[in-house]
Amino acid sequence: MPVTTYLDAIKDGIWEEMEKDDRVFVLGEDVGIYGGAFKVTKGMLDRFGPMRVIDTPISESAIVGAAIGAALVGMRPVAEMQFIDFISCCFDQIVNFAAKCRYRWGAGVPIVVRGPCGGGVHGGPFHSQNPESYFFNVPGLKIVCPSTAYDAKGLIKAAIRDPDPVLYFEHKFLYRRIKEDLPTDDFVVPIGKAALRREGDDLSIITYGAMVYKALEAAEELSKTGLDVEVLDLRSILPLDEEAILATAKKTSKVIVLHEATMTGGPGGEVVARIAEKAFEYLDGPIVRIAPPDTPVPYSPTLEEAFLPQTRDIVAAARKLAAY
Amino acid sequence: MVERQAVPVRKSRFAHVPDDGAKLKMLHFMKLVREIEDRIERKLYRQGRIVGGVYVGRGQEAISVGTAIHMEKDDVVAPSHRDMGVFLMRGITPRRIIAQYMGRRAGLTRGRDGNMHMGDMDYNVIAFVSHLGDNVPVAAGAALAFTQRGEKRVALCYNGEGATSRGDWHEGLNLASVHKLPVVYFINNNAYAYSTPMELQMAIPDVAIRASSYGIPGEIVDGNDIVAVYDAAKRAIDRARSGLGPSLVEFKTFRMTGHSAHDDAGYVPPALFEEWQRKDPILRFEKALVDEGVLTPARIEEMQKECAAMIDDAVDWAEQQPFPAPEEVTRDVYYEGK
Repeated sequence: MPVTTYLDAIKDGIWEEMEKDDRVFVLGEDVGIYGGAFKVTKGMLDRFGPMRVIDTPISESAIVGAAIGAALVGMRPVAEMQFIDFISCCFDQIVNFAAKCRYRWGAGVPIVVRGPCGGGVHGGPFHSQNPESYFFNVPGLKIVCPSTAYDAKGLIKAAIRDPDPVLYFEHKFLYRRIKEDLPTDDFVVPIGKAALRREGDDLSIITYGAMVYKALEAAEELSKTGLDVEVLDLRSILPLDEEAILATAKKTSKVIVLHEATMTGGPGGEVVARIAEKAFEYLDGPIVRIAPPDTPVPYSPTLEEAFLPQTRDIVAAARKLAAY
Repeated sequence: MVERQAVPVRKSRFAHVPDDGAKLKMLHFMKLVREIEDRIERKLYRQGRIVGGVYVGRGQEAISVGTAIHMEKDDVVAPSHRDMGVFLMRGITPRRIIAQYMGRRAGLTRGRDGNMHMGDMDYNVIAFVSHLGDNVPVAAGAALAFTQRGEKRVALCYNGEGATSRGDWHEGLNLASVHKLPVVYFINNNAYAYSTPMELQMAIPDVAIRASSYGIPGEIVDGNDIVAVYDAAKRAIDRARSGLGPSLVEFKTFRMTGHSAHDDAGYVPPALFEEWQRKDPILRFEKALVDEGVLTPARIEEMQKECAAMIDDAVDWAEQQPFPAPEEVTRDVYYEGK
C-alpha cells in the first residue's frame, strides 16, 4: 500500500470525487496550468480539462460567488484560496450568501472553500493565519480541520458530498510532513465527529489541526512521569462533537483546550463553555486554554516560536493542572 | 465634469420589435408591478400590515418587464430590489409575494426574510441579498455551470448604479468577461443610491462606460421606453446565448420614490420628479399603444381593474395564511432531508 502525504490525500480525495461525479470541479488562482501554489491540484487540468479546472483572476469574492452560483444550478464546486488568509476577501459571499441561502429561501449551496492555513513555516502575518474563529459564529457553515492524511482525504470527500457549504482548513505545516498508508476503498470521514488519538485517564487535551501533534508529543513526555493524558482531535469544529467533548471531560475531569487560532474569541472558548455548562460537576480543576496570544502571526522565527503553542507549554500547563 | 465618452447609443429602428401579443403582455405586467407595489407601499405598509423595510421600483417597471420577457424557462435570474417584474414574469404569484411581505409561511422565504429578499430555484430566481453587487459573481457562476455543461442557458443579473461601486460587481464582471460567460448585466440607473446622486457615486456620466474595461459591449438605453428596453435586452441575451459572452446594459431611469417607504426623498429636487413623471413608462406605453390602435382607453381601464382584482385576491389570501410557528426558528439552517 503506497504511503500518502496529507497533501496528496487532499488531492486524491478531490480527484476521486471528480472522477465519480461530473458536477465536481475546482476553481481558484493558479490551480490549472500551475497546479496550485502548493500543488494540490497538480495534474488535474490535464486529466479533467479547462472546464473543470478553472484558473481565475485574483478575485476571491468572484471565486466564491461563482462557486455559489454554480452550486445553485446543480454543480459541486471546490474553490481554492491560495492561502486561507485570503478568505477574508470573500467573507461576505461566504457568510451572507452561501451560509444563509438554505435558511432564507430553501436553496442549498453545496460548495467547498479550501486552502492552506496555519503557521510554523515563517509565512508571516498574511500566510499563516487560522481564520476559523471568524466563521465559527456563522450559522449555516460547516468547518473542518483535518490533522491526518486519512482525515484529510475522508473529510474532503465528505465536504464535497455535503449539501451545505463547508470550509476546509488544511494545515500547510502538515502537507508533506504527515503521511500514512491509506486504504484504497472509497472511505469518508463524517463531518462533526471527533477522533480519540490517545486514551488516558488523568487529563484530556481537546485540540485539532497541527496542534494534535504538539498534544501527542506532550502526552508522550508526560507519560514518562506517570501522567496519563487523553488527546481528542475534534476534526470538525462546526458542528462540534459535543458528545465526544463531554465524554472525555467526564472521564478525566481535567481538561486543556488547545488551538492555533488566537486566544480571544477562538473556538476553544465554546468548548470550555459547553463543558462548564454540561459537565461542571465532573470537573476537578479549571478548564485551561492554550492558544497563541492575541497578536497577528509574526514572521521572525523567534517571534513565531513564541507565538505558537509549543510542546513545553502544554507539558507545563498539564503538570500544573494535574497538581490542582 | 467628465466629458461624455463615445458609447454607442441606438437611437431608433430597433432590431427587435415586440408583436402585439408581447406588447399587451408587457403592459399587463408593468401595470401589475405598479399595482402590487403601490398596494404594498401605500396601503399595507402604512396600515402596519407589512412590517420592516419596503423598497419599490415605481417608475422603473419597464426595465424588469422588458428584459425578463425574453427569458426562457431554464434561464436563471438574479434580480435586485427594484425588479418586481422579474418575479411576476417568472410565474411567481402575487399571492406568494404578498405572503412574503407579510412574513407568512406561504411566502417565498417562509417568514425567514422580508420584502424583495426572495427567490425560488424552482423558478430559477436567485434571492437578492442586501450586500449590493454580491449577485454579480453569483450570476457569473450560474453562467459558468451552463458553459461547463454545454447548455444554451443564460443568466441575467440586475443592479442599480450604486452597486457598481462595490468590489464584487467588478470582480464578477471581470470573471464573466475573462471566461466569456453567458450572462447579461442590467443596470437600473435611477440616478440616486439612497440619497447619493450619480456624481458622488462615480466620476463618469454613464455606468456603461465601465464595460470597455472588461472588453465587453456596454449600451445606454432609455429605461422608461419599454420598446427600447425590449430591443436592447433581446440583443444582449441573444449574444450571451450564442456564446459571445457578457454585456452590460445601462437603463436610464428615475426612482419615483424615496429609497424605501420611510424615506421622503427630500434630497431630490422636485423638478426632477416632475420631469420624470412626464416620462412615466406605463403612461407612455399606454399612449403609444392607443396611438397604434393596439388598445383602447376602455381596455386599458379594464386591464387596470384586472390587476387590482388580482392584488385584492392576493392580499385576502395572504392575510389568511399562518405565520411560521416560533419553533420553526431553528429549522433549515442545514440540510434536513427532503
